[in-house]
This record gives sequence, structure tokens and C-alpha cells, in this order.
Amino acid sequence: MIVVELRKLFRRPRTWVTIGLLCLLPAIVAAFLASTRITPPPGQGAAFLSAVLESGSLYPAAALALVLPIFLPVAVAVVAGDAVAGESTAGTLRYLLVRPVRRTALLGAKLVSVIVFVVVTVAAVAGSSYVVGVTLFGAGDPIAVVNAIPQIGGPGGGGSSSSSGSSSSGGTANGPAAAAPAAPGASPPAAGTPGTGTSTGLDPTEARDRAADSVSSLSGAPLSPGDLALRLLGAMGYITISMLGVGAIAFFLSTATASALGATLGALAALITSQVLVTLDAAASVTPYLPTRYWLAWIDFFRDPIFLRDIRSGVLVQLAYVLVLMVASWANFTTKDVAA
Amino acid sequence: MSANREAQDSRPTTAEDPLPAQRRRARQALALPGPAAIEAPLVIETHGLTKRYGSRTAVDDVDLHVAQGDRYGFLGPNGSGKTTLVRMLLGLVYATRGEIRVLGREVPSQVHEVLPSIGAMVEGPAAYGHLSGRANLDLLDASGPGGRSGRKRRVEEALERVGLARIDRRPVRTYSLGMRQRLGLAGALLTTPDLLVLDEPTNGLDPHGIREIRELLIELNEEGTTVFLSSHLLAEIEALCTRVGVVDHGKLVLEEPMDSVRRTTGRIIVVTPDVDRALGVLGRAVVDRTESGGIVVAPPDGDGSHGLARHLIAHEVRLDALEPERVSLEDVVVDLTGPGDDRAAGSDGTGRNPW
Repeated sequence: MIVVELRKLFRRPRTWVTIGLLCLLPAIVAAFLASTRITPPPGQGAAFLSAVLESGSLYPAAALALVLPIFLPVAVAVVAGDAVAGESTAGTLRYLLVRPVRRTALLGAKLVSVIVFVVVTVAAVAGSSYVVGVTLFGAGDPIAVVNAIPQIGGPGGGGSSSSSGSSSSGGTANGPAAAAPAAPGASPPAAGTPGTGTSTGLDPTEARDRAADSVSSLSGAPLSPGDLALRLLGAMGYITISMLGVGAIAFFLSTATASALGATLGALAALITSQVLVTLDAAASVTPYLPTRYWLAWIDFFRDPIFLRDIRSGVLVQLAYVLVLMVASWANFTTKDVAA
Repeated sequence: MSANREAQDSRPTTAEDPLPAQRRRARQALALPGPAAIEAPLVIETHGLTKRYGSRTAVDDVDLHVAQGDRYGFLGPNGSGKTTLVRMLLGLVYATRGEIRVLGREVPSQVHEVLPSIGAMVEGPAAYGHLSGRANLDLLDASGPGGRSGRKRRVEEALERVGLARIDRRPVRTYSLGMRQRLGLAGALLTTPDLLVLDEPTNGLDPHGIREIRELLIELNEEGTTVFLSSHLLAEIEALCTRVGVVDHGKLVLEEPMDSVRRTTGRIIVVTPDVDRALGVLGRAVVDRTESGGIVVAPPDGDGSHGLARHLIAHEVRLDALEPERVSLEDVVVDLTGPGDDRAAGSDGTGRNPW
């Protein structure tokens, strides 16, 4: 059944168009960067963008940061939201069930196909942007770049911007939160983590200057290509898991409604709500449990040393969402009348 | 007439619902015999099957009996609960109350044991529009119990059977409704099923296609497949089926062998160009006129069509045709579902009477 679901997924033109578009956005950005050589200052614009001119081999990370806030969750929500509701609307669901395919098996196969879609999409974005990055910017030397990230990540740390000496707006704008400008509620990865070993109290302007100024002034162990690859793989894996939470929400809604569009939009609405609440201090009590709370923690893979606390929390939160929602989907789907 | 079936008819429930009474009235009016005994084992059997959606009762206390080898026509207007019942038989929709046995197994609890022996087409065909018909069947077959080895052959045979052997690689979304219908049927025939459950299988087919499908179904039936076919088209059921069940507002109001429904009335229809002369000759034996101008004659006992023909010819009445009058299924159905049944105010809300 899994094979059948995967064949359906990958024989569908929409799947390839989606993956193509997701690869296209970083390529467009790269083309502009390469032709003008104007980068956003460190800490502004998408994470890592400021650094890619130094090392194109870091461009996959920049590309993932570009697609993470909007495009990737939308793509995942579309595919997962369509999983059951789409077949139900098309009428093919009833023919599958009388083949017979057991409902539990079908649900499992659909889940696997969503996971595979996320993995393939993330890999395609990373792979294509590696090629684009190295072609346009050269392989470069990823050491300084990698270590620049925590430097600028520190000062903007979450709501504690007042301690950084700048205005609160300046603080957030310079943090990695602003690395994802399209995601208003994106969580700064270093929020509330002053003990990361980075210069927490650093003035953002200074950090920017230092990052732009001289790569050699930054501390940190140099990265071998193998180390960089491992970190990239870690980041890709973490982003994949982050997307599974979105997928699970859309998937559950897909079993609950007859409309694939409704399921997709419902999942996106849940995400936007989550992103709004993450930035809201008043909602601090629920923040750690929100699906988008730890989304940007993948950046921690590029710290030296790798900072695992948020990554671990993020994985746990996502797996909890997936588990709970899959059980709910199963309970819903196996007892449901297939009347469409 | 089987004793236990008769006992079912006179269960206490008849007191509170009017339809069995109506059914009995209609049977008396048409002088229908009671349900004939079914000798063959039952392939589909439901008991008190009921499905409610909120306060709306889609299927109401239905006792269905489909015997092995039947070509069973399940007849009812749109919105009368046909499709809901078909879905319940296949375990797609769960019953509110009642029991279902299909091929000897409880549904829905054991439905997975019997579904491999059932071919089904429920409420119109469905396919992945971006794939070709062949690719669709291939996916469908891969979802089923059959292994990879015979897949190509099964797909080709199914396509051959429904007259789609030469389809090309065009995606299904470019297909006409008739082609989709054939493709849906091909999906139901990937394995030669013991039971074929078809919901409105000739929708969208031209007369040629309808005949082709009918011949296919008869052929399959003769090879041993029990055919359960739902339709709102009287003519289709009349032409194909050996047994008929009529559903109206979720209730099964008639379940009879087609022969006893379509029995002769003992009267004879005379078609002649010399109508006035014939009327004069026949006198009081004429009981009715048909819509097309035929004369309905109730011949005296012992005087069958042969005697009638001799009599008419002796009086120089030219004869175009002389045939026994049969109860039409339409008469039966209209009588059962018509009187006292204000459809415009009916709970199905469609206000339409397809008959």
C-alpha cells in the first residue's frame, strides 16, 4: 500500500511543481545576490544570507531558512490536507476501501507518503541550493560564516532585547527571528538561552559590524566539509520533523472534513495562530507547547558547539503533535462513514 | 410461499408503520403473489437494517434477500436510500441498527474477508484524472489482494471486457462519462467476482453501450456471478433482472422475482386497424383500451388467444397483433410508491418523481 501511495504522490504533476517552486525561490535569491554582491547585513534578511557570499557551500542552510516560514509549511499542508479529503472528494477513497484496503493501512501509507514528501522536498531544496550556491559563490570557507551566526543570534534573544541596550524593535529586528521576515511570530532560536556561550550582551550593531568586518575576529572551531555536511543533515532532519507537526495537523483535518482545501487552510490557520502566540509574552505559559515554538532551533546546528537543548525540545514537541494527531486521525477515520 | 417470510411480513412492527400495510394493499390490488421461497443460498441478507443521519432516516428497517445467481434489481428514485444501502453492504457506511450478511459474513466486522470476492461500483466511477485509464486500474489492482505477477493480464482482461481494450495514454480527465463508466466497471472486474454490486452502472452510456453492458452482466451472471444492481431506471431493471426490490423513502416496499411481478394478467391485447369492427364483434369482453389504441380483452374462460383470433378473423377483423397483457414493472412501482405519498412534501426534499 505504501508503494501505491508513493506512486500516486510522485506521479502527480502537482508534487513536482511544488518541489520545483520551492527550489526556485532560493535560486532567484541567489541570482540577485550573485549579480549585485549586496547582502543583507548579518542578522537581517534570511539567516545565513549575509554569509553565503563567503561560502556558497552554506547556501543550503540559507535556502532552508528562506522556505521554512511560509513555502514549506504551505506545501506540506497542501499535500497532507489532500491526503484523505482529496481522495474522498474525488470518490477514489471508496474504491480503495472496497478493494479492499484496510482503513488503518491506508492511513499509515498516507502518513508515510507525507513524510516522504517532506524528506524529498527538504532534500531537493538543500541539494539544488548547494549546487546553486557553490556555482554562484564558490565553495569558500564555511568556518567564519558558521561561527558568525551565534554572534548575531545572541543580542536579539527573544523578549530580552532590553538587556541588549537597543530598543525592543531593534532587538528583534536584529535577532535571527528577523531571519524569517515573512514569519512574524517566528521564534528566535536563542530566546531565553543566555548560556549558549555566545556574546549575549553584544550590541546588535556591533555584532553586525564585527560579522561584516572581519571573519577572523570570530571565535569557533573551523568546520571541515564533513562536519558541515553533518550539520546540514542535522538541520534538514530537524526541519523535516518540524514540518511533520504541520503535516499531522493538516492530516487530521483531512480525515475530519470532506474538503482538502479546508484541511490545508485549517492547518495554516493553526500555524499562524501558533506563531502569533509564540511572540506574545502573555501567552508564555503555553509557548513551549506550540508547534512553531522551536521551528528555528535548527540554526543551533550551526553553533559551536551545537546547542542541543531547543533541538531536543523541538523534536519532542513535534513528535507529541504527530502522535496525538495520528491517533485522533485514526480514531476518526476508522469510525467514519465514507459517504462521498 | 415460505412460511417464515410470511411470518416476517406480519411482525408486530407492521402495526406502527403504514408501508407494509400499503404494500399488502398494493399486492391485493394487483393480485400479486407473496414472496416466493428462495432456494439458493443468500448472498446478501439484511435484517432490520436502518441508517439515520441525525433525525433523517435514510434507510429504514430493510430486510433484503439476494440469492446466489440472482440478477437483483434494486429500484428506487434518487434520494430513496439506495446508495446508502449499497455503501452499508460494502462496509463504507456503518449502520445505525440492523444486521448485514454478505457472502455469509457479518458486515462490517468481517467485511475484509468478503470484499476480495466482490466487485463494486458505487455512485458513479471515480479515477485519478491525471493518470491514464490503464494506470488507474494498475494502481487499483496494486491496492488489492492480487500480486504483481498477474497484474498486467488482469488489467488488460478487465479493459477488454468493458470494451476499452484500445484506450491510449490519454489521462482520464479527458474521458467521456461513458468511458469513465466503463473504466469503473473494469475496476470492479479486475478479479472475476462472486458478487457484483453496481450502483447506476449505465449512467452516461449511449443505447449501444447500455446493451453492451447488459450483455456483459448477463454473461458474468451465467458464469456464476451474482449481480446486485441499483438503478432508478425501470426499463434497465426490467430488461436485466431476475429479481427486483423496490425501495421508497428508505423502506423496501417490494421484493419479488421479476416473473411474478411481470406476470400475465390473463387478459389479451388486440391490435387491429379495424378498431370499430373489432369492438362490435367483441362486445362486453372489451375491458380497456391501451394508450396506443390496442383493445384489452378479457376472454371467457377456456377461450384463449387462439380462440379469440379465430373468432376475430371469422368476423373479418384484420389482426396486427395479439398478445397477453403483462403487469408492467412501472404499474407495480407506481402503485406501491405513488398513492398517499406526496413526494413534493416528502422528507427527501427533492419533490421529484422520476416515474
